[in-house]
Amino acid sequence: MKIHLSELTKNFGKVVAVDNLSVTFKSGKLIALLGPSGCGKSTLLYMLSGITPASTGQIFFDNVEVTAMAPEKRGVGLVFQNYALYPHMTVLQNICFPLEIQQTPKNERLERAMTIAKLVHIEDLMERKPAELSGGQQQRVALSRALVKNPKLLLLDEPLSNLDARLRIEMREEIRRIQVETGVTTIFVTHDQEEAMSISDEILLIKLGQYQQYDSPQELYDNPSNLFVAEFLGNPPINKIYGEVQDGRFVLDGRSDAINLPENLSLANGTRVVLAIRSESIALHPKANENTLNATVSEIYRMGKEELTHLKLGNQEMRGYIPVEKQLVFGQEIFIGFKQKGVFLFDEQSGKRYL
Amino acid sequence: MRIINKKIVWQKDNRDPDAPPVNAKTFIEPLSYLLPFIIGLAIFTIFPILNVFLISFKENYRMITGEFSQYGLANYQFILQDRYFISSLRNTAIYVFTVIPISTTISMFFALLLNKKLRFSALYQTAFFLPMVTSVIAVGLAWKWMYNYDYGIINFFLGLFNIDPINWLNNPNYGLLVLIIYGIWSYLPFTIILLLAGLQNINPLFTTAAKIDGASKSKIFFRITLPLLAPTVGLVLIVNMINASKVFTELFPLFSGRPGAAYSLYTVVYYIYEVFYIKWRLGQASAAAIVLFLIVLLFTLVQLFIQRKWKHY
Repeated sequence: MKIHLSELTKNFGKVVAVDNLSVTFKSGKLIALLGPSGCGKSTLLYMLSGITPASTGQIFFDNVEVTAMAPEKRGVGLVFQNYALYPHMTVLQNICFPLEIQQTPKNERLERAMTIAKLVHIEDLMERKPAELSGGQQQRVALSRALVKNPKLLLLDEPLSNLDARLRIEMREEIRRIQVETGVTTIFVTHDQEEAMSISDEILLIKLGQYQQYDSPQELYDNPSNLFVAEFLGNPPINKIYGEVQDGRFVLDGRSDAINLPENLSLANGTRVVLAIRSESIALHPKANENTLNATVSEIYRMGKEELTHLKLGNQEMRGYIPVEKQLVFGQEIFIGFKQKGVFLFDEQSGKRYL
Repeated sequence: MRIINKKIVWQKDNRDPDAPPVNAKTFIEPLSYLLPFIIGLAIFTIFPILNVFLISFKENYRMITGEFSQYGLANYQFILQDRYFISSLRNTAIYVFTVIPISTTISMFFALLLNKKLRFSALYQTAFFLPMVTSVIAVGLAWKWMYNYDYGIINFFLGLFNIDPINWLNNPNYGLLVLIIYGIWSYLPFTIILLLAGLQNINPLFTTAAKIDGASKSKIFFRITLPLLAPTVGLVLIVNMINASKVFTELFPLFSGRPGAAYSLYTVVYYIYEVFYIKWRLGQASAAAIVLFLIVLLFTLVQLFIQRKWKHY
């Protein structure tokens, strides 16, 4: 189901949780709502479910406006962060409950519950109570309960946050598998960029309730629309070198050396900018030229096929992956240039992208 | 509120290896702290209970001299043939099995209302709980006025509906009803507090989850809220039933210290009181007390059984 948000806003008193958000989610995709804590992503999820009413703006499901529609009429399945399984019911009763409400005949109820249980791999747990299940199993039951009524939209609130590290990786793959097998449009909330990158088709990145970028994970990584997006994605975090523009060249703070900026980029002298470089986008040059910067190796971490080095550029620091063959040593002076991909130039103030 | 079935597991292996070994000495210090309480309990609770049990079997017992003719069941035989005792059992049973279910149902209604985010919720809560901290005698006297034939507010309201005034307090046919209406009212505050506490312990996410599935309010109440509240309801029912079985004080202000008009409204405890304090027949009073004890014990056992069944998680 295609979902379209139009100038959607939610205020809690003076706090703006979701700020004038317009975006269209494609049908049948696994979509991550990503952003730092308190950025309004959970609020947005609950607005989609209908639990939280919108202050202004509209929500469309397949071109039908649902902004004022009651939650139960929207055909959404919702999995809460702590699952909210009914503690007095068995797994089977929990999964059957939504169907019981819809007054589905008992035979069909059981049949559908078993089908979904097999899909989610919990068919052996049907007679247990939620308290007798592990976190991962509870998560599966909660997923089944949300899926059993064949929702057009599945919403997951921080689905992996209550699980330990190993289970988290297992469950995120499970969520991906189940989403692919059912083909249901799924939106999940996360603050973990790695989680979002690894399994989702599309990511909506939000900051303070405001739209930042909506794209595929790779596109978000390779082509961030502003400094916030570039900083939020990637591990190790993107390097930021501060400086200003002088005669079409980028001059590092506290240093005299500079690199050429593309000629079509006409920025006024003295513009404060941030050169953002992914750690893997550093290239070593044998000699200094107008496209290299001088750096000193301050730390070396061996990772096997490459080394993660800490480099000092005057009083600024950056991390870079350098192939082992270069045989860097501590304190060595090197000349670094940059690859085509993974190097961006942003305005220091606004975070606007120039390059 | 789940007090029962808490398992204490003694894990020997988890003990700190440096801790001193467990022997008789280990218990001397804690015991010395507990002793004052244990002594008090023994003198004022355990001994009297055993004594009552013993006295109930002593025939022709005299308290002053301690003389009695023999051990036997004569006291029990007497009270079980005493029509006042039988009527006291009947009255108490009717009282318990009408007051508690009706009062609990009404309390549930109020607790559900109070659990919502109402305006002035704190004010309502205070108003509801006020009767609990007011003396039974004072409240009873107020009710006595409300029941008054000539000036009572109850007859006034009945008059608004063109119903003839009822001689509540002096007509033996209405005695039990008077007591029951008062009882229903007097059990509300305590029951509301407990049910409200139980309701507030239920995670509101459960109702939200059910709402998303489209469950109606009554469906949510009967399938989600009530089952989750069952342990509390069970506790409330049984505590109230035990208390209601001991109905006694309420009679004094309402009927000026007599068991209803024309001695029509004996309750078990009133019967015990009268036989003991007024007629000085200790053996029979003790026997009646033991009968009441057995009834209360039965309630408690039923409660334990039910609570085990109702506890779902």
